[in-house]
Amino acid sequence: MDFAISPEQKEIQELALKFARNEMIPVSQEMDEKGEFPHAIFKKAWELGLVNTCIPAEYGGTGFSSLDAVIISEALAYGCMGMNTSFMANDLALLPIVIGGTDEQKKKFLTPFTQEFKIASFCLTEPGNGSDAGGLKTTLKDGGDHWILNGEKMWITNAGHANLFVVYATVDPALKHKGICAIVVDPKSAGIELGKKEDKMGHRSSDTRGVRFNNVKVPKENMLGKVGEGWAIAMSTLDHSRPLVASSALGGSWRALDLSISYSKERVQFGVPISKHQAIQFMIAEMAMKVEAARLLTYKAAWLCDQHVRNTEVASYAKAFASDSCMQITTDAVQIYGGYGYSKEYPVEKLMRDAKLIQIYEGTSQIQRLVIAREVLK
Amino acid sequence: MNIFVCVKQVPDTETKVTPNADGSFIETSSIKWIMNPYDEFAVEQALLIKQANAAANVTVVRVGSVKDTEALRTAMAMGADDAILVEANDNLDSYSIAKALKGAIDKSGKKADLIFAGKQAIDDDCLQVPQILAQMMEMPSVAVVVGFEMNGTTVKAKREVEGGALEVYEVNTPCVIACNKGLNTPRYASLPGIMKAKKKPLAQHSLADVGVTDADRRVKYSGFALPPEKPAGKKFDAMDATKQAEIVAQVVSLLRTEAKII
Repeated sequence: MDFAISPEQKEIQELALKFARNEMIPVSQEMDEKGEFPHAIFKKAWELGLVNTCIPAEYGGTGFSSLDAVIISEALAYGCMGMNTSFMANDLALLPIVIGGTDEQKKKFLTPFTQEFKIASFCLTEPGNGSDAGGLKTTLKDGGDHWILNGEKMWITNAGHANLFVVYATVDPALKHKGICAIVVDPKSAGIELGKKEDKMGHRSSDTRGVRFNNVKVPKENMLGKVGEGWAIAMSTLDHSRPLVASSALGGSWRALDLSISYSKERVQFGVPISKHQAIQFMIAEMAMKVEAARLLTYKAAWLCDQHVRNTEVASYAKAFASDSCMQITTDAVQIYGGYGYSKEYPVEKLMRDAKLIQIYEGTSQIQRLVIAREVLK
Repeated sequence: MNIFVCVKQVPDTETKVTPNADGSFIETSSIKWIMNPYDEFAVEQALLIKQANAAANVTVVRVGSVKDTEALRTAMAMGADDAILVEANDNLDSYSIAKALKGAIDKSGKKADLIFAGKQAIDDDCLQVPQILAQMMEMPSVAVVVGFEMNGTTVKAKREVEGGALEVYEVNTPCVIACNKGLNTPRYASLPGIMKAKKKPLAQHSLADVGVTDADRRVKYSGFALPPEKPAGKKFDAMDATKQAEIVAQVVSLLRTEAKII
């Protein structure tokens, strides 16, 4: 058993952390305030090979393992959880193509993402279905030489900037999971209507919108897998992407821990730095313990993916534990900063707002427990 | 065109530096090493020339311990073609380092057209290796350079002087340029660059291989110690008007006898 990351992974992590410190942290507060999409930073991260890590080498990608990908994402989330949501959404949208696409589809859809900077969106959730993703209502009808897509999607990350959508839709809602298909859609197609940008509590620099499809014609060859295989593709995607989402929470927790350590050594109360007070020490010890535990779970969930072992259960441990810990750790960071922590002048309140979303998206903390219970009780 | 870039590996700027147990050097066991930040400007300038001139070859040279080759790997991941490491203790003096750099450049068999270096290393702040190296190589040198233009064999280098003014020098290649912040914006090593760097050649020599011996030492470190902690200042309460004259006399006397500054 080896708990150490490789020297190569260490180098990758250092580059990603340097990028987070130099490019993301200095502007993350302001971009959050303005709700500004991090286009230039996203592009720069793409130029350095820090995004789209799921694209295999044979299609022009970096060919990184899942573990490499979470190490990068953890470091980028250290810089800003909100921006990292936008970056990660690209992988989330490209993964179904990696998992369910034919060689021809991979060449057609993945390779362009390695040649120029492009943005993608994963369109699963609808206004009426979040946790019950299988009950989706968006429909796909056979139009002869093409499919006809109708319906509405909600909370779609990157939707306003996307060059590619992967949409989940059903050929017949009565078939439930068995009718679901995954299909690649060009966002410029006629009949697509974007909703207004959501005004969110956190992750404000990432672009989140509803998307409406009105009789959108989609080429037949854009379907990933066969009719009815969409659900399996979506679930397999989530097994790969949950460690990534966990790593984002982990990166945010790590930042909150680092900030709490340095602030507690500077802030003096009762004649000594507050780090000398046991009340603060216990909070920081708790944070450090949870960061390490979340890291081990997250790395293990990714490592299982790389071993081609089913990781559903551990990925849910990682996602639930890392995001719940992140909420606790960032809340305690605000507590350690006291009144200053509640002010937007200091960086920790943003971390607390950003943490909340990670308990919600890509399977709420409750859904993760449902998955875990189903796995351990079967 | 052969461009050499001299780089040094220094403790990360966030490192808390402490003397080692016997006080002969700093404690290096727990240090995270990085490329000297001024050297990043030197590497970037060499790479900018390489971009404009496909035939240019960029070699990075470092004198120091082998424990970690962070600086050389970073430079190659940024785009340098190859690297030379001269294995030595990290506490060499400037003269020995300059002589080792010259030895390594000569040994490469390539004729140096340009040599870049950072203006100083942020650990010992000696600020003299590039100048000593230039003297040994019999090349002109310009230090603290913030602007660089090359036209054929002529280099126009701008350097900062006191008061924010700029001096402009024109020198012929081959020459040594010691770079300062503001010269350019160093690029990141990209992830594909990091992967490629692993396959790039790294030559390794000993000090003896490049003709440096103990006799070349001009400076010997006699010991490393933390500066003594400052004693707390003295406070005089002069709020009571009746005692002010007495306190002033006391302060003046202490400034004379104890602080000895008047």
